[in-house]
Amino acid sequence: MELRKDYFADVRKDGLHEIGQGRPRLDSPGHVTGKTAYFADRNFPGMLHLKMVRSPHHHARIRSIDTSEAEKHPGVVRVLTAKDVPHNVYTILILIQIGPEDETVLADGKVRWKGEAVVAVLAETERAAQEAAAKVKVDYEVLPAVFDMEEALKPGAPLVNEYHGQNYYLYDSGECRKVRFGDVDASFAQADHILEQSYQSSPIEHAPTETTGCVVTPEGNDRFTCYTNTQAMFFTLDNASIILQMPGSKLHFVGGTVGGGFGGKVDVIVEPIAILAAKLTGRPVCFIYSREEEMQISSPRAAEKVVIKDGVMKDGRIVARKVTGYTDAGAYSRHSPYGAQKGAAHYPGPYTIPNVWIDTYCVYTNRTPSSAMRGFGVTIGDFALEVQMDKLARLIGMDPLEFRFINAYRDGDMKAHRQPTEGAALIECMQAASRAANWPVAEKYMAMSSYRKGV
Amino acid sequence: MAKVPVQFTLNGSEKAEFVESGTTLLHALRDKIGDTSPKGGCHQGTCGACSVIIDGELRLSCLTLAETCGGADIRTTAGLAEGGVLHPLQRAFLDAFATQCGFCTPGMIMAAKVLLDRTPNPSREDVVEALSGNICRCTGYEPIIQAVLAAARANSQNAA
Ligand code: FES
Ligand code: FES
Repeated sequence: MELRKDYFADVRKDGLHEIGQGRPRLDSPGHVTGKTAYFADRNFPGMLHLKMVRSPHHHARIRSIDTSEAEKHPGVVRVLTAKDVPHNVYTILILIQIGPEDETVLADGKVRWKGEAVVAVLAETERAAQEAAAKVKVDYEVLPAVFDMEEALKPGAPLVNEYHGQNYYLYDSGECRKVRFGDVDASFAQADHILEQSYQSSPIEHAPTETTGCVVTPEGNDRFTCYTNTQAMFFTLDNASIILQMPGSKLHFVGGTVGGGFGGKVDVIVEPIAILAAKLTGRPVCFIYSREEEMQISSPRAAEKVVIKDGVMKDGRIVARKVTGYTDAGAYSRHSPYGAQKGAAHYPGPYTIPNVWIDTYCVYTNRTPSSAMRGFGVTIGDFALEVQMDKLARLIGMDPLEFRFINAYRDGDMKAHRQPTEGAALIECMQAASRAANWPVAEKYMAMSSYRKGV
Repeated sequence: MAKVPVQFTLNGSEKAEFVESGTTLLHALRDKIGDTSPKGGCHQGTCGACSVIIDGELRLSCLTLAETCGGADIRTTAGLAEGGVLHPLQRAFLDAFATQCGFCTPGMIMAAKVLLDRTPNPSREDVVEALSGNICRCTGYEPIIQAVLAAARANSQNAA
């Protein structure tokens, strides 16, 4: 492996020497011997199993819930509904002041997506919990649903989430996150070519090999230990504390071992209801998603739509870029308002463009709530941007790599959201890539530098 | 529900349990006997995380009823290391970085062991075929394939 340390040589003087070395992972010996303890490897005497009754409708009012038959089912210990949850309406990012609280732990009066949790059944065995869940009767009045972001933004669309009052997240900047830099309209008027394209993606499921879940034990002193595969330990602890109206000192979270996450285990979904169930029954409780729930119920990566309009000159300079981005949050916020905001900062890409105009919307629809997944908010944007870059290069008959050299950001350039570029190293990466891929570019590009010492 | 007695050997030691009729071997091993090395990734025969070896054959313990295992010789990844010394497959998985989250690893190792027991010098295609019932969402499979091939090489060097 070739290591290039020269670019950051003046920044890092501490003689880093780990990169390029083979180092054993500390957790591997446990993995290969089957000794690593995942949350579900904990088993406690008298442990109850929790199964959810879920909404079969995308959008419906709940007229009534009848749990009487389920409660009589052999092996059933307790049935929980919205009224049992101390603080039933929550939102994960409230911890960093991103509200309003917009999601229910157990549905109260309404369901907003197909699969939403309505009633929790606790029984001695998984099978009894499953059978009893099938006996819960929920009377629904089906409401019109909306699945398409642009439809959802039209006047008269069904209102998905009353806690927002409209089908988009209201930022302090208004109906979308906005970036305004220079004058795009004037530059479009002077550009040699204009290219407007739209790019769209579907939701993507993380599909970890280990499904989402937790095991909770009451410790007998009004404290609870929660073994969980969350990727967001303290977020989960603090949100559980809010939902259960219980000081965090009463909650002991044990985790750190995750059987595949990829961002799919950062929502706070299974822990609060399982802790509540352990508290109300005084028994250990296990709540594990079935494979079907993992695929259908857990948050996917958001569907996105990205519309990009670029003005480009024959010499290869992009002079203006206008982007409208849409992030499909599904029925609830979870991490999507943050994902859409990240997109707003990211859409110019690693390029210096003098005139930029960006709007990104976080839209509510009656689809499965989306959330984090590997670089959410930027990954789909990068796909769109780099396809657009190739199309622009083709449009002006330029080599796609040379086209990127011309537009690459360099140290000191002001980005559209007004952060100066530091430690870019993009030029140097592309030079290394050009050599490695045997994709030669003109000598002047090989002489360039992110420090702007070159061409 | 009526319980049925079942007796088998697990990694060489005798086990006897009463299980409810219909209990899967995965459930019996993990929750009754306490060997949690087989993992439940799907409970429907699609992921391979629960793979164990029964009388020399690779089996999905989530689709095997415990009550059908009377008298069987059952092997799991937990029993593979002898006297604290890792099996060549375990060593190779460590060295080749073939495990990330580790959830698929015990099942992968079982599938690889059955392959190497029968085909000591497998081709790459043999390895891919043998692991085709096991899903890994982390590694992209290549390090696992390399680990199995490396373990086969280590075995044949030891034998020579
Ligand atoms: S748990 Fe048996 S194949 Fe997935
Ligand atoms: S290492 Fe995570 S599923 Fe294979």
